[in-house]
Amino acid sequence: MENTSKRYWKGVEELRNDTQFVKNATSEFSNVNSADDLLGGSNTQRRDFLKTMGFSIAAVSLAACEAPVRKAIPYLNKPEFTFPSISDYYASTFIEGGDCASVLVETREGRPIKIEGNPSSSITRGGTTARVQASVLSLYDIDKLKGPKRGEADIDWSTADREVVNQLNTIAARNGAIRIVTSTILSPSTKAVIADFIAKFPTTQHVMYDANSVFGIVQANQASFGKAVVPSYDFSKAKTIVSIGADFLGGWIAPLEYARPYAQTRKLDNGKKDMSRHYQFETILSMTGSNADYRGTYKPSQEGLVVTALYNKVAAKLGGTAISAPAVTVTNLDKAANDLITARGAALVVSGSNDPNVQIVVNALNSLLGSYGTTIDLNTPVNYRQGNDQQMNAFIEAAKGGQVQAALFFGANPVYDHPRGAELAQALPKLALSVSFADRADETASVCKYITPAPHYLECWGDAEPKAGYYSLMQPAITNIFKTRQFQSSLLTWAGRSGDFQAYLKGFWRSTIYSKASGAGSFESFWIKSLNDGVFEPGKGAAVAGGASFNGAGLTQAGAAIAQRYKAANDGMELALYETVGLGTGSMANNPWLQELPDPVSKACWDNYAALSQRTATELGLEQGDLVNVTVDGKPAIELPVLIQPGQADKTVAVAIGYGREKAGRSANSVGKNAYPLASLSNGYLVLSATNVKVERTSGKREIAQTQTHDTVMGRRAVLQESTLAAYKKSPKAGRYEPKVQTSEGPTDPTNITLWHGYGKPNHSWGMVIDLNSCIGCGACVIGCNSENNIQVVGREEVIMRREMHWMRIDRYYSSDAESEDLKGLEVASANPEVTYQPMLCQHCSNAPCETVCPVLATTHSTEGLNQMAYNRCVGTRYCANNCPYKVRRFNWFKYFDNDNFDYHFNNDLGKMVINPDVTVRSRGVIEKCTFCVQRIQEGKLTAKKERRRPMPDEIQTACAQACPTNAIVFGDMNNPESTISKVLATELEERAFHVLEEINVRPQIAYLTKIRNKDEEPKQETRQESHA
Amino acid sequence: MYQQSINKQFGMSRLSKFCGALALSLTLLVNGNQVKAQDSGAAAGGGPAAATPAPASGGDVEKGKTLFTNNCAQCHAVTEEVVVGPGLKGVRQRTPGDDWLKKWIRNSQSVVASGDAYGVQVYNKFNKIAMSSFPNLTDDDIKGILDYIDSASAPATATVGGAGQAQELGGGGASAEKGGASGSPSNLFTVVLVALLIVMLLVLGVLLAIVNILSKAVQPAGEGASTTPFIQRLREGITSTINNSTVRSIVIWLFLFVVLKESLDGMYGIGIQQGYAPKQPIAYSHKLHAGQYKIDCNYCHTGVNRGKSATIPSANICMNCHGVIKKESPEIQKIYAAIEQNRPIEWVRVHNLPDLAYFNHAQHVNVGNVQCQTCHGEIEKMEVVEQRSSLTMGWCIDCHKKTEVNTKDNAYYDKLVALHRKESKEPLKVANIGGLECSKCHY
Repeated sequence: MENTSKRYWKGVEELRNDTQFVKNATSEFSNVNSADDLLGGSNTQRRDFLKTMGFSIAAVSLAACEAPVRKAIPYLNKPEFTFPSISDYYASTFIEGGDCASVLVETREGRPIKIEGNPSSSITRGGTTARVQASVLSLYDIDKLKGPKRGEADIDWSTADREVVNQLNTIAARNGAIRIVTSTILSPSTKAVIADFIAKFPTTQHVMYDANSVFGIVQANQASFGKAVVPSYDFSKAKTIVSIGADFLGGWIAPLEYARPYAQTRKLDNGKKDMSRHYQFETILSMTGSNADYRGTYKPSQEGLVVTALYNKVAAKLGGTAISAPAVTVTNLDKAANDLITARGAALVVSGSNDPNVQIVVNALNSLLGSYGTTIDLNTPVNYRQGNDQQMNAFIEAAKGGQVQAALFFGANPVYDHPRGAELAQALPKLALSVSFADRADETASVCKYITPAPHYLECWGDAEPKAGYYSLMQPAITNIFKTRQFQSSLLTWAGRSGDFQAYLKGFWRSTIYSKASGAGSFESFWIKSLNDGVFEPGKGAAVAGGASFNGAGLTQAGAAIAQRYKAANDGMELALYETVGLGTGSMANNPWLQELPDPVSKACWDNYAALSQRTATELGLEQGDLVNVTVDGKPAIELPVLIQPGQADKTVAVAIGYGREKAGRSANSVGKNAYPLASLSNGYLVLSATNVKVERTSGKREIAQTQTHDTVMGRRAVLQESTLAAYKKSPKAGRYEPKVQTSEGPTDPTNITLWHGYGKPNHSWGMVIDLNSCIGCGACVIGCNSENNIQVVGREEVIMRREMHWMRIDRYYSSDAESEDLKGLEVASANPEVTYQPMLCQHCSNAPCETVCPVLATTHSTEGLNQMAYNRCVGTRYCANNCPYKVRRFNWFKYFDNDNFDYHFNNDLGKMVINPDVTVRSRGVIEKCTFCVQRIQEGKLTAKKERRRPMPDEIQTACAQACPTNAIVFGDMNNPESTISKVLATELEERAFHVLEEINVRPQIAYLTKIRNKDEEPKQETRQESHA
Repeated sequence: MYQQSINKQFGMSRLSKFCGALALSLTLLVNGNQVKAQDSGAAAGGGPAAATPAPASGGDVEKGKTLFTNNCAQCHAVTEEVVVGPGLKGVRQRTPGDDWLKKWIRNSQSVVASGDAYGVQVYNKFNKIAMSSFPNLTDDDIKGILDYIDSASAPATATVGGAGQAQELGGGGASAEKGGASGSPSNLFTVVLVALLIVMLLVLGVLLAIVNILSKAVQPAGEGASTTPFIQRLREGITSTINNSTVRSIVIWLFLFVVLKESLDGMYGIGIQQGYAPKQPIAYSHKLHAGQYKIDCNYCHTGVNRGKSATIPSANICMNCHGVIKKESPEIQKIYAAIEQNRPIEWVRVHNLPDLAYFNHAQHVNVGNVQCQTCHGEIEKMEVVEQRSSLTMGWCIDCHKKTEVNTKDNAYYDKLVALHRKESKEPLKVANIGGLECSKCHY
């Protein structure tokens, strides 16, 4: 970019200018070697091809002569307020393990087709994550069980009930231990059901565990404050945020809750010219780390010492007792300490460690900084992670030792996602009774005696209390698709009570929760209102607990334990396991949308891999794609391809959990390798890292489906514009690049010279503003778009061929930290690059280059500022894609539906129920691209017309804008002065707003706001230190 | 199957057009004057009917008509015919009076319960089916409805009289109906005349050619040729004409042109199901329900003002009336069977837009105030529903170009109307506000 010293690159191959990259960059689409390629790799000869084609043409024309007889089948008894073709919305709650979100479910003719965030929830404020958006597809998963099973045999529910109850009675009679093993249970009514079950069978114990546990935090808070809870963190009040290994925007506790307040502190406008400063110290380059202003890396073996070092630095100035522990040097740690002290009372330190000793030091640090009562609220604990690692470990011990007679698994798959899963798999068949409530015969369920499948959350009644005093209700949006039964109903039935959980839930709310509602009227009206709103939040507005008294007694002890366990320097390889933003802990792995969602940072999909820093890879003589064996402490090795990840700590290898499912279904099975066995337990606490690690090359290579350098913008530079906060405060235009064009009359703005007439937009002018400062790269918009617009899943092979179909992608740019004069330095991939995310979608150019080159006028312009695409007019020349400067047009190389080569949800009738009926499913041979959700625009306008009014400001929203958890995307009518977008642009057009590639004068309808980093003025010195660190 | 029927229709329509043109031309040629007389006759005949004032009761007849259609027409006709309840012709005369009627309409059951003799008699006569109550109708409303009933039954006879008069005056034969009904717009007349002229010119040309050949055959050109017999000369004449390269090429080109035109037309017709009238599982008659009983379309097609789909009524809507009416009919029994077996009725879809085109009923009917008949034809006269319009994109576009936007009382359009006024004096057409843009229907 001309006016900054930065060099941007999307991947190492771009920086190195690999031949493959250069070749790909110049050709819009990957080469089609022959007709064979398009015929699915079959051995078809040219003549056969012609014959087939001739026959097909004849057949098609014959078939066209006689239209098929179509049936129109009305309701037999139409519900009064439901109309075909009109969407109904139901408030419900997404629960997956300990993850929770209040949602609105859009249903059409009785089938859910889209999930939106529930704006009434003060926790999520209408935001969603990629997994929440994708959850609707899991409802229509063909690999789910159709009914209860005994081993391999199908049985009916009455048989299952009779046999299970008989055995439970027998076991209870001889005082045998019964265990209910679940992931975190967020639902108070479900806990009541479990209590009822325990009352009937008193030898029962409830064991909760989380695949990615924060049990250490709970225990540390018990030690420090006498409260065994996970507190609420309020990022919105934090001026300085320091995270030590906590990926709080990606996978740590409740990313959805944290994203909005975090982004709020990062937003800038005319009235608010200050933002938080975010330090991230971590091993991998996480999504959270990529958003940080300053980053430092450490090896997992140093983690505890990083925390103590930071504590000691702060304590030295604020008068806390020092901890004697070896010192470590981590880049930016001193700076972080200083900023924390400055921001006392508005500071927040979080740690992703599961070691209670480390968390005690973090508590001490926060206590010193006065975070309790401001950024941390111990009085409003959150319930997202209630797992108890020690109990779970004890259960596995007991199961192995034969002390457990019966085990019931709900929302839990420990055989897959527990480090000791293999031991459990051997122990389970020995149990007298083992029942799984999983919706499929997964790794745990398949070794259980019975599977009594529970339905998807969209078929269920239920509730959740994600945070003390914040309730969210779950109601079914569709009747059970298969012969499934809710977990709660099954437990109630087996406990000899009525299995009607709906009635139970209502009764529970009447007796327990109704009393918290003041002035709500009768229970019936309270219940209806709560169901309608989806949320009931009596805890809202409760005062934040004042400064909690920190019990310093444990601190020295904790320090000693840390000093003993962690090492300041370890020369060996180390392993870090992490949760990805898409798949999480792997429970939703059989969801092709999530599998195809590129990881925010590495941009890889359909695989997990061994991520290494460039330096470590060079030392080991490894290249991207080389297969390596990762071995920990002599445990069985897992073979993974290498991925070069800038920003990762040297001498570490990072592997994602959540992959390598064996029995999840067609989309997940054998995708990647299961990394849970590499995790371990230390003092009963789950440790997602290891120190004694070997990375050895095996033979062969495996290409990783990585989208980072697809759709390159051909080295054009003015794509990203960024600056620092200091510069922004001086001039809001900081970082803006304003191109000039030379004319005979001197330089002028490119917009002054044009070949085009332009289009009038008299009525509406739909536009979008994307704030690069609050985009965290999470990908909720991408999945939201997939769901709304029936976007096809293409699979790993096709992604490698650069043929993914996503209309919206999030470009991740690394930028070099070398100085602009240091030409050699610019050529080297930085060890710790800065990262910028840029959502990229059709820019709806007013002077659209694609429109001029279409030979058949398939892509045209509307009077509302939309670049329109008529699929049936398209003949597939792909000229438009070649001429698109933003590379946002996608070509349908295949018919992706009803095609066994793409055996995802579009290949079966159940999966097709997720299709949005307002959007055409594109067939082979046509170009498609973002439409600005024109179906929603049309629907919104029609609603307004029917009510004889203009559309209200912000009434019409695109799927991506609605899905965004941080409000980074603002969509609206730029002709309406009342709309948010008009208000934003009114000031920002002269400040931060820029159009990508302004110099080519295509006049996009989408504007971006510059990325501002909260960095000090002299970044050069900092980075120099970094590269030598 | 469709193709056949389409072909047949093509054939039929072409033949009928030709015959029609011929007949019309002949009539016009012979009876030119009478047509004019016919016109004036029709106007004169129509005059008295139009001039006949509505029975002077002072109520708002128009409003009454709307109220009647929305509230009463499901069960009552304005004639003497019994639908569910009695036919209402002469209801004012036969009942105890307007006050009684008001009570009855607002709550008939209370009238019956009060032991009112006439009320009880009516109630018993019509199988003790209670009439729905309309407590919200004001006195004026009811008066309006009654006035409408009077006016609707009275002028019907006047119109018949008028037509009869017209017939007498015109004394025309077959063409009377046509002339009388259309009111002869003059431009149609011109078109017909021009078409006739062209046809006549063509006929003249062919005749001349025949005459030419014949005259050559009858009158030998030269003296020496007189010996050749007439037949041979005729044959020679024809042969030479056939051998004439100009004539040949004209014929060949004409032939090619006609073939090309036909095949192009045929190809354009692929996928067009105009005239498609499949047999439905239940012989439901729109002619009876919408035509004769004048049940409002909205009553059954409940979605038409709300959403994309007008919706085919569910069985419970049929049961609103057929719970009591004609229960024994075998067709109605099919509905009962469907409900009993909990199996929805599988109607055959008549209007099939391709998936790539998005059409929304609410936009057209609710917002645009387009009548159902505009696209569906005279549905109230169809025994079996048939696709009347071609439903091609050209047909849509054509209408969007011609149709004025229904901007009345709709604030959405205020801005557009104001903008349009600045630029043009023409009325605001759908095409002017982006009605021809791709993404209005394709996404």
